[in-house]
Amino acid sequence: MPDQTDLLLRRILTDVLGLKPGQADTFDDDTGLFGHLPELDSMAVAGLLTELEDRLDIIIEDDEIEGEMLETYGGLLAFVEAKRGA
Amino acid sequence: MVPASWPCPLPGGGTSEEFALSCDAGRDHRLLIIPALFDEGNKLRRFTVEVMRRLELARIDSVLPDLPGCNESMLPLVIQNPAGWLDAMTSAARHFRATHVLGMRGGSLFTPKSLPAFHYAPVKAATILRQLVRARILSSREAGREENREALAETAVTRGITLAGYEIGPDFYRDFEPMVPDALPTIIGQDEVGGSGLWLRAEPDENGAQADALAALLTGALRA
Repeated sequence: MPDQTDLLLRRILTDVLGLKPGQADTFDDDTGLFGHLPELDSMAVAGLLTELEDRLDIIIEDDEIEGEMLETYGGLLAFVEAKRGA
Repeated sequence: MVPASWPCPLPGGGTSEEFALSCDAGRDHRLLIIPALFDEGNKLRRFTVEVMRRLELARIDSVLPDLPGCNESMLPLVIQNPAGWLDAMTSAARHFRATHVLGMRGGSLFTPKSLPAFHYAPVKAATILRQLVRARILSSREAGREENREALAETAVTRGITLAGYEIGPDFYRDFEPMVPDALPTIIGQDEVGGSGLWLRAEPDENGAQADALAALLTGALRA
């Protein structure tokens, strides 16, 4: 069962990437994000991170942003879950 | 909907002809629309024009002027400052005989106080800059250059800074950063329009249902 953070993250990616409803449900841990989706450039990633901060009530420091966390859905989910649990 | 122009005051005196998109049939209700800023301006341009088309069908005139230094403007962005932008929008309101004004997102920071105003999903200047600076840090990192927010902010207020391709002068950055939208105007939140804001999209997009909803809200309020 996906938890609340997982659902919220899929919802936010749906909004940022303009996905069709349900499309983000197919994302698994290995689904590629930054570097795999051409529309997810640095401006879009900045928007995504700002939206994550607003909707998940977390603060993401610039030096925490690493390629690994943005590379796959699983990487981003693990980062956000750790932030929310912190 | 036709291209129009209007005389925009220059800081040292004189005027510059600036572009506007206009739906003008000389009607009683005339809405000046201040566009969203920088990258969000691109993302919301089509949505804004789609709202104007719907207002036209509802027999409401609207005009969308360029901010000096943006879109079709021949003036350099780097010499602009927020006070000049507010003067420019006040002049546009006068020239087009606007009865009301709508600010789109960051455009809400530049709605002339002399007119009844609507703010669509208003945003603080600091929030806009935070996102632009973050995008710059990310793209520099991709290019193998490490930059940090504090140093970039220092550069921005002393020498100016290029953010997402926009060349922002030091005076602009300094005066813009503390700006927050006024509390007086009628706020139209994204929850009233439905769905998620199109400024969030990685690529510019359109949404007919959202344009219908925003135009209906404006029409209802203008006719009330």
